[in-house]
Amino acid sequence: MNVLIYLVPLALLLGLTGLVAFLWSLKSGQYDDLDGAAVRILPDDDMPSR
Amino acid sequence: MSETIDLSMFVEPGDAGASHMTLAVEGVACAGCIRKIENGLTKLPGVIDAQINFTQRRLAVDWRNDEIDAARIIEAIEGIGYRAHPFAPERLEADEGAQAKWLLICLAVAGFAAMNVMLLSVSIWAGNVSDMTQETRDLFHWLSALIALPAAAYAGQPFFRSALRALRARQVNMDVPISIGVTLALGLSVYETAIHATHAYFDSAIMLLFFLLVGRYLDLAMRRKTRVFAGNLASLKAEFAHRLDANGELTRVPVAALHPGDRLLVRPGERIPADGTIIGGTSKIDESLVTGETLYRAVGAATQIYAGSINVSGALTMRVTAAGAGTLVEEVERLIEKATHARSQTVRLADRAARLYAPLVHATAALTAIGWLFAGASVHDSIVIAIAVLIVTCPCAIALAIPAVQVVAAGALFRSGVILNGGDAIERLAEADTIVFDKTGTLTLPEPRVDETTGIAPDVLEQAARLALSSRHPLATALARLARERSPYAGAIEEPGQGVRALIDGKEARLGSAEFCGVAQAARLAGERDTGASFITFAHDGNVAAIPIRQTLRPDAVAVAKALKKRGLHLVVLSGDRPAAVAPAASELGIDDWRGGLTPTEKIAIIEQLKSQGRRVLMVGDGLNDAPALAAAHVSLSPITAAHVTQAHADALFLGDHLKPVLRAVVVSRRARALMKQNLALAAIYNLFAVPLAIAGLVTPLIAAVAMSGSSLLVTLNALRARLGPEFGPELEP
Repeated sequence: MNVLIYLVPLALLLGLTGLVAFLWSLKSGQYDDLDGAAVRILPDDDMPSR
Repeated sequence: MSETIDLSMFVEPGDAGASHMTLAVEGVACAGCIRKIENGLTKLPGVIDAQINFTQRRLAVDWRNDEIDAARIIEAIEGIGYRAHPFAPERLEADEGAQAKWLLICLAVAGFAAMNVMLLSVSIWAGNVSDMTQETRDLFHWLSALIALPAAAYAGQPFFRSALRALRARQVNMDVPISIGVTLALGLSVYETAIHATHAYFDSAIMLLFFLLVGRYLDLAMRRKTRVFAGNLASLKAEFAHRLDANGELTRVPVAALHPGDRLLVRPGERIPADGTIIGGTSKIDESLVTGETLYRAVGAATQIYAGSINVSGALTMRVTAAGAGTLVEEVERLIEKATHARSQTVRLADRAARLYAPLVHATAALTAIGWLFAGASVHDSIVIAIAVLIVTCPCAIALAIPAVQVVAAGALFRSGVILNGGDAIERLAEADTIVFDKTGTLTLPEPRVDETTGIAPDVLEQAARLALSSRHPLATALARLARERSPYAGAIEEPGQGVRALIDGKEARLGSAEFCGVAQAARLAGERDTGASFITFAHDGNVAAIPIRQTLRPDAVAVAKALKKRGLHLVVLSGDRPAAVAPAASELGIDDWRGGLTPTEKIAIIEQLKSQGRRVLMVGDGLNDAPALAAAHVSLSPITAAHVTQAHADALFLGDHLKPVLRAVVVSRRARALMKQNLALAAIYNLFAVPLAIAGLVTPLIAAVAMSGSSLLVTLNALRARLGPEFGPELEP
């Protein structure tokens, strides 16, 4: 059972990473315009014009 | 005459000579639009950044002041092919935005904690039936405490604060039992862990918070969505006034920036932007939005006029005044204040449930503890069992039961053009058994329409309608709607207050008053035929036509009235218009109970009388004169064309030319209320099973977790049914 000594902190660390990632994405405004992100992917401005 | 536009009230100064402005943009429908506007603007010299929020249909622009200004940016957007309206965000909207963000962070914290504590709990449950040592279990319990305690302290704040507020006001709301339950559960678990016990309830407490926060967030998200939409609508509707400055120059200013004492110019066809007195010019004004009266009123110097009226014939100069004593506006404001005070505090279903619930739960827990003590259990065991009762009965399902239905129902209403001001409007809408309609602008369309055109040759009508495109007179605007060819005649000249003339096929055509067309006789003949309508006369090449224009009923009004009656609603029409104008509309709708020529005070009196008969009144109205009645009624609806004051007092607004949304609001909210009750019943049934188990001392943390999430999922799924079912009922289904 000694494996728990590093498995449990590891699991918690992973969970915390997820939480921090979510808070960061919230803070950087990624949820402010959900519909916009869905349509903005459509135009291909970044393609070289043929 | 060139005008300068003053947009300073919408522009926020940024740093280093830069400025920022938010605009509501019309017609952004696809990815192409976003790109066109953003690229088009960022190409302009001086524009630092242009960013469209597609969800909110808003555009944020930053620019450097020395290179470009706000008016030029709006022009540029118009050049790209879109209409943008400067937008002044309401404080309420910003507050709710911040609150939603905070709730979302709490939700994230609770979610993170719930997942990790559950990870440990499942291991413990598995270990309890196999070979877990006591040391390992204690370690896992302490780890759970390490995660759950700080997480609950943070994520539980919305509940703790609200519970404290309620207790300070000597009231009990749903958050009081929630806070007590969570605190006790955590405290007990820490104690149990310290004495090396088998069971701890960290998972239940934190999961409870997670589910409850989901309910809270949904509730707020619904309100925010409608608030954003209503804010956009308000800025699309926001009007500009022409202000005459001291040196005689005209400036276009947003109505919100007007101050008492400003002098304004109101041209024919324009809406009067503010209350005030006339200081120059004479005209007729259409006050239907103010008083419900459809006949025009002649006004001249020193007459008091009200915002929302339409200037029909001559140019007016007016001075903005604050509403003085004895004016209609002042009376309406006084009545609103009284009505809002008198409005019986309707108790929301959720609060009623909470009032019943909290004492019941606490009494049950207390009795359980006492019962076990008497039965010979130890003090420790009795308290553990009592707390298990509290945890199991914690109103997880009840707190989700109502917001979940509200969110789904509000979404369904939103899609059919009804915008709710608050979630509790749904409950009150469902309770309505009497609907009081205003006539002008509510049962009838907000603008007059061309009525009967039999006897007028179609090509003559088309010529008249196309000529009407060149006029701003309200009657001409109504006629212009019929024009199939949308380009006005070249060289058309409008004679203010009289009519418009142009050459058609080389011969002069005139459209306007009968005198202007030189055919007084035709108008008199028409006037004898029909008294309720206004006439616009058209003369061209020997053809003369008197075209009747009147307030017409909304196209589906008759069918909606019938459908509402079929649902057992008593319909009443209360109008400020003349009885002679109300009677035909009421009889066409089959409404026997109608009154005309009412003042705002009389409208309130009738509503109070209906209320004293035990009726729950839904008031539907748009005029300034309806605002007090809307505030006095049990629940109220306004069309989006209503006066500002009136909209502010309505529980919901509806869009479009149809009356269908009223029926839709009633149907959806009744269904929603039925579902809310069903959900409360489901939650009660859950308690019926869970509470005896808890009292018997059989609830382990595993059973508590399964029961709580199961009941929450059940009520949420049941709430989704609010969007099922027929839209309107068979009679209005396409």
